[in-house]
Amino acid sequence: MHIPDGYLSPSTCATLGVVMVPIWYRASAKLKKTLDVSRIPLLAMGAVFSFLIMMFNVPIPDGTTAHAIGATLIAIVLGPWAAAISMSVALIIQALIFGDGGILAIGANTFNMAFIAPFTGYYIYQLICRNTSPGSKRQIIAGAVAGYIAINLAALAASIEFGIQPLFFTTADGTPLYCPYGLNVAIPAMMITHLTIAGIVEGIVTAAALKFIAHHSSDMMLTQTKIGEEA
Amino acid sequence: MYKHYWLVLLVLVILSPLGLLADGTAWGEWDADGLKETLGYVPQGMEQLGDFWQSLFPDYSMNFLGQSTISQYAGYILSAIIGSAIIYAAMILITRLLVRQKNKLVCQNK
Repeated sequence: MHIPDGYLSPSTCATLGVVMVPIWYRASAKLKKTLDVSRIPLLAMGAVFSFLIMMFNVPIPDGTTAHAIGATLIAIVLGPWAAAISMSVALIIQALIFGDGGILAIGANTFNMAFIAPFTGYYIYQLICRNTSPGSKRQIIAGAVAGYIAINLAALAASIEFGIQPLFFTTADGTPLYCPYGLNVAIPAMMITHLTIAGIVEGIVTAAALKFIAHHSSDMMLTQTKIGEEA
Repeated sequence: MYKHYWLVLLVLVILSPLGLLADGTAWGEWDADGLKETLGYVPQGMEQLGDFWQSLFPDYSMNFLGQSTISQYAGYILSAIIGSAIIYAAMILITRLLVRQKNKLVCQNK
């Protein structure tokens, strides 16, 4: 889901970059207000976790690969705004140092994986989980379902960004300038990958991590809804 | 503090080369050569923008280690360590700055 440079037109990149600025600003303001110094290492570890989990490429039967992103997990544990910052930092370092995802495409990639994924994941989790205690069956399932849906929504956003390119950006003779595949190709390709494999991996990772956290320190679950809403 | 979680991250670093077992590229992440093979041409805009940035360790590989399977795995692990360290440091820096600003505000209000 890391869109490289050259697949999106500069205007698409700029638009999504502009969309991300107020999100980053709001996230910083939220953290400034609510962040406790003792939680700083946890936030940093969340970003590292996401970075590492994205290194585990999983084969897809059609010959491509995909991976989990960990966004929903971080949003559940640290709150969606903190997750937006953590995911953004991981994505920016991936692009800068490892060329995974473009530099111009940072706005797009952070929009998909640091905004759509953590926020949808967080609210779907809240919807299903209500206030069940950490480690309960319902909480674990809520995490899995939220992770599954959230990564798919992020993939859908990416596939739309890919797919609109040949609609709007072509040379005079109609040859695509950027991503050559339209919505009719991009959406099915991305969605089959994520609905069948990546989503399930994300769900399992989210559930397993929640179980692990509940087992080792349930107090870390940011007292559930309360701090989640704040941060 | 957080000992268990550090341990998990360490295990992920060590196991990261498992991510190399999956052959192929993610959809929409092909390089110009790969695209030329399937498409027959490289879109013009992509040719201009594709090399916008030369990253230090493209695709998490450390080419100076050599091309053998073992060195690929070692390079991947090294990438995992370097990336983790930079991301951790960046997060600490950003969050510290935020907290410091907050403290400044609190002081001013007093």
